[in-house]
Amino acid sequence: MTRRVTLIWAVLIGLTFASFTVGVEQGAGVASAAAVVIIGLALCKVRLIGMHFMDIRAAPRALRLVFEGYVLAVFATLVTLDLVVS
Amino acid sequence: MTATANRDTPGRTTDPKRIPGEEGVWVFVLGDMTVFALFFATFMYSRAKNPELFARDHASLNVTLGTVNTVLLLSSSLFVALAVQQVLRGVHRSAPRLFGAALACGLGFVVVKAVEWSHLFGNGKTVGSGEFFSYYFMFTGIHLAHVLIGCAILSRLIPISRRPQLTGRDAMLCEAGGIFWHMVDLLWVVLFALFYLMR
Repeated sequence: MTRRVTLIWAVLIGLTFASFTVGVEQGAGVASAAAVVIIGLALCKVRLIGMHFMDIRAAPRALRLVFEGYVLAVFATLVTLDLVVS
Repeated sequence: MTATANRDTPGRTTDPKRIPGEEGVWVFVLGDMTVFALFFATFMYSRAKNPELFARDHASLNVTLGTVNTVLLLSSSLFVALAVQQVLRGVHRSAPRLFGAALACGLGFVVVKAVEWSHLFGNGKTVGSGEFFSYYFMFTGIHLAHVLIGCAILSRLIPISRRPQLTGRDAMLCEAGGIFWHMVDLLWVVLFALFYLMR
């Protein structure tokens, strides 16, 4: 269990630097595509924190579904607002 | 140091489908996360309406300091998760040190945020400096209040986890406090992406 959460932390740090690179390197023409990648990586991190640090993976199904639904809804809403609204 | 964290709470570790912490903390945490989700959506809507203004003001933020703060909160979350695991296992010798390390990271976050804000204030950026900075100071300010509450909780969990014998309530307090702290981390991850990384 100790190894698992430590591994998850390492993945979270890796995703942070991956999104940092996308954020710094993004060109003006691909700003929207970069935003989708950045939002996607952030919500992946949110899911990892919830599942493994908050231990939702071992929680009753209802709590897992609410949390997974939250992650999905936030991702869909933010990406839609980024791509559709102008 | 040994503990009996789970002996008076049957099912805490034997039931694989138990609720982490207690129901009440989840009502609060999910409610808070919903409010922040509305913040995120409001920000994205305004950004889509004024992309040039948001891209210009975004350039004033220090991405490196934002990244340092992200690493600090992710690391503090790891320390808290390890401490809570020890408490739930009933062998919690290192738990006070782990909660202490998490608290140190949380206080580090506050210091970095203070440095960052003082630079911005020095450059004339305040909550009244346009839409981007209104959102930035308001949302990161509300989040900072959460960090300070989380630090107060962690400083309370240190002496609790130092007790040689933990009751079921002690263990529940450690786990519920940990869940709050992970929420603080989780919300920052999205704020970091929206304000610092997206142009």
